[in-house]
Parts: sequence; structure tokens; C-alpha cells
Amino acid sequence: APPLRADRPGVAQFAELADMSLSGDITVEGEITVPVGAASPDEDFSTLDEPVRETIMRDLKAVGKKFVHVMYPRKSSALLRDWDLWGPLVLCVSLALMLQGGSADSKEDGGPQFAEVFVIIWFGAVVITLNSKLLGGTISFFQSLCVLGYCVLPLTVAMLVCRLVLLAGSGTVSFIVRLLVVLAMFAWSTLASTAFLADSQPPNRKALVVYPIFLFYFVISWMILTFTPQ
Amino acid sequence: CQNQRMHLFAEFDDAANLLAANPDATTISIDEPSDIPKNKHGRLQQPGREEDDELLGTDDSDKTELLAGQKKSAPFWTFEYYQTFFDVDTYQVLDRIKGSVFPVPGKNFVRLYIRSNPDLYGPFWICATLVFAIAVSGNLSNFLIHLGKPTYHYVPEFRKVSIAATTIYAYAWLVPLALWGFLMWRNSKVMNIVSYSFMEIVCVYGYSLFIYIPTAILWIIPQRVVRWVLVVFSLCLSGSVLVMTFWPAVRDDNRRIALATVATIVLLHALLAVGCLAYFFDAPELDFPAPIIPVHNGTTIITKVQ
Repeated sequence: APPLRADRPGVAQFAELADMSLSGDITVEGEITVPVGAASPDEDFSTLDEPVRETIMRDLKAVGKKFVHVMYPRKSSALLRDWDLWGPLVLCVSLALMLQGGSADSKEDGGPQFAEVFVIIWFGAVVITLNSKLLGGTISFFQSLCVLGYCVLPLTVAMLVCRLVLLAGSGTVSFIVRLLVVLAMFAWSTLASTAFLADSQPPNRKALVVYPIFLFYFVISWMILTFTPQ
Repeated sequence: CQNQRMHLFAEFDDAANLLAANPDATTISIDEPSDIPKNKHGRLQQPGREEDDELLGTDDSDKTELLAGQKKSAPFWTFEYYQTFFDVDTYQVLDRIKGSVFPVPGKNFVRLYIRSNPDLYGPFWICATLVFAIAVSGNLSNFLIHLGKPTYHYVPEFRKVSIAATTIYAYAWLVPLALWGFLMWRNSKVMNIVSYSFMEIVCVYGYSLFIYIPTAILWIIPQRVVRWVLVVFSLCLSGSVLVMTFWPAVRDDNRRIALATVATIVLLHALLAVGCLAYFFDAPELDFPAPIIPVHNGTTIITKVQ
């Protein structure tokens, strides 16, 4: 085949290529490697043989790693890319359980029931995710649920601290301590989730997306702060 | 190919010469808002209807009107259809909130701010905020009122959140639905110049509820006079926005029906405010009847006060 010359005008080059016709066999040289044995499709099948402890520990480690990422929010892709909903479920259940005052007399207008806390957290997270997607966000549905659920962790810690403080007493001092702890954790939750979610929003609508997240954690903080054991 | 290049430049030269000869020929320019003439729609102006145009806001720059015909073309079962109701930026939402709180006399909220881009973001999140504002403020207010009484045991009163949510969301959706149905029905009988779509009515109602959020927070102050002054003040502000929005839509109708409609709108708005105040916020100075104390052997002691 005639060599392509760089000094010819561009149109002429393509015209030449169109004129070329190939006949006969063309030999190609090179190397192709096909992974055999411990390749990734095979890995999935081999997890059937591993001990159950290993399977569980792998998931637990992933959840634990995400907890660490929430407590020290940096731009990590682990929360976003490898989303899972185990962490949020555990946090939601433990928070809802801790918010039960153990009041036998359920006729009183007491704190939120278990189902109410559960519904508020999950329904609230779904609504916020829908809101951010409707406003043009690029994050996927479950990634957003994952982030919002995991960022409840500081508030769960605050709940734990509040319960311990209430064991010691329920006077003004304990209230002030609880107020400060809940405020700090509320700020932490909001900032952590905003750090993860804000980048996926269109720039002139960031405030529209952040405000519902603020409201969501505010409501959870309110439930924690107003918790009174019966 | 040298000849080719010269030919191309010659063409450009010709074009430049033509443009120099006729500077106004094919230029496209974007007008300043003040340049748009008042009657750009070319409607026949009747005497005494100038206020219509003002209320309709046709003297404002209607950049979004260009897009009005292209909106909401997706079928209702697709996600994109609902995205068209969230097509607002932060500053637009803030502007609409400002417009609902400071009614400009003579300006119509719908035409001025919404301009055929009704959004559901504002109504939904304003209602959500209002629900929690009322529940939290009511709880705080009751706590402060009863603080120090020996028989008082603080309860978070979480039941009231669901009641507040039902009430406020019902008001924000059912009243616009009823009003829209009523306006459609009257429209079929009397030709009205102004008519609103359902989404626009929902939008106006949603944004008009915004004033109740700071009002609810200020209701924590346990003074009866302060609370009622706040009710009247917020009712005047948001009620006037509603009246100025819907008066043009019923003005052409029978006088009595028009007045009755506007009066009903204001009345329902007032009812919401007063109802929330009465239900969620305990009265500041009255004594309370002590609760019914069930005694273990089955007899019940009822202590009656007042």
C-alpha cells in the first residue's frame, strides 16, 4: 500500500484510503492474555466455600470503614461507590430502640414510638433523595440513602451520651450538657452529609438541597434532646 | 489550493462589506427589559383595563415566556415530568418567599414571580418546615408555661406532629383543589380574563404559608396579646397576597360570588392560623384541670378545677 504522506492535503489522504482494497490474509502479531484460574468471575463462586465468619467479617469491615469515613469526613469514594444499607439499618434500629422510654402507660403523649422513628428516618431519607434528584442531582438513589443513613451515626452517639447523662441525673446541668452534645453532633451530621452530597448537585441549587438535610437532622436532634425517661 | 484559500477569504470579505453597508440587516440583539414595549402581546387595550396588565406583569421582562411553550411536554409517568416542577434556582425560591411576605400593592404574585414556572419545591418544604415549627414551638411553649409546676411532667407530645402534618398538608392541597375546581366551574359560565392552572394555585398557597413559620416560632412567647397580634399581622400579610392574586380571577364574575370567594379564602387562612394556635399552644394564664389519676384498686379520682 502506498505510504500516507504528511504533505498531501487532508482531503487527498482520505481519498487514497478509500481507493485501497485489501485482498488476501493479513497477519497480525501480538499477545493476548486471558486470566485463568483465580479470575474475578470465579471469585464469586468460591465465596460459597469460605467460612461464614469470613463473609460476615468482610461486610462488617466495610460497614466499619464507612463509620470511620463519616466520623472523619474526607472526600472518600467508599461511602458513595460501595454503598450498602446495613449501616443505616443498624443505626436506625439502635436509635429507635434507645428512644423508647419504656413507658408502660402508652396513653400519655410521650415520645416517638419505635415505628415512628423508623418511618421518619427512612421516609425522610427517601424524600430528601427524591428532592435532590428532582432538582437535577447526579447521585444515584441508593448512594444518597446510604450517605444520609450513615450520617445518622453522630446523632446515635449523641443519643448514647444523653442516656448515660440522664442516668446520672436530670437537672439543669444535665440538660445543658445534653444540649451541647446534641448541638455538636447535629452540626457534625449535617456537615458530614453535606460534604458528601453537595458535589453532585447543580451549583445554583446547592442551598435548595442542603436545607432539607438540615431539617431532617434537626428533627432527629429534637427527638433526641426531648427524650425523657418515664 | 492557494486559489481555494483566496476564494474563501473573498467570501468573507463580501459578507463584511454587505454588513458594513446595511448595519441593521441581520443583527440579533437581546433587549434590555426596559425596552420591551408595554403592549408586546398586541392585545386590544380596553379603557380602564390598564391595571390588568400591571397585575398580569406584562411590562416585566418575560424571559421565561420563551420557554413557556416548551415546558411540561414529558408524559406524566416519566421522571422528567416531575422534574419540571423542580426547575427553580435558589435565588428564585428566595424571591418567591420574599414576594409572599412583602405584598407589593398592585402586583400579582403569580404573574410577577411564578410566570408559568410553578414549582413544588417551595410548597412542599415550606409545609414540612411549618409542621415541625408548629410542633416544636408548641412543645417548647407548653414546657415554658408549665415550668415549675409540681404536677407537671414534660412529655414531647410526638402525636401532635402527625396531626399537624395532616392538617397543614391537607390545607395546602385540598383548598387549592377546591378553589381551582370552583374557578374552572365559574370560568365555564363567565369568561374570565385571568385563569390559573392548578399548580400555580398550589404554588401561591404554599408560599403564602411561609409567614406562619416565624409566627409559630414567635408564638412561644406566652403572652396572649402578643400571640393574637401576631395572628392578625401574619394574616394580613399573607391574606393580602392571596386576595391580590385571586381577585383578578373572580372580578368579572357576579359581584356577590366574587366577594364570597375572596372572603372564603381569607376565612380559611385565618381558620388555619387560629386553629393551630388553639390546638398546639396551651393558653398562657389559665389553670389546668389536674389529670385523672387511676387508683390501683379500681376507683378513679377526678379532681376538678375551675
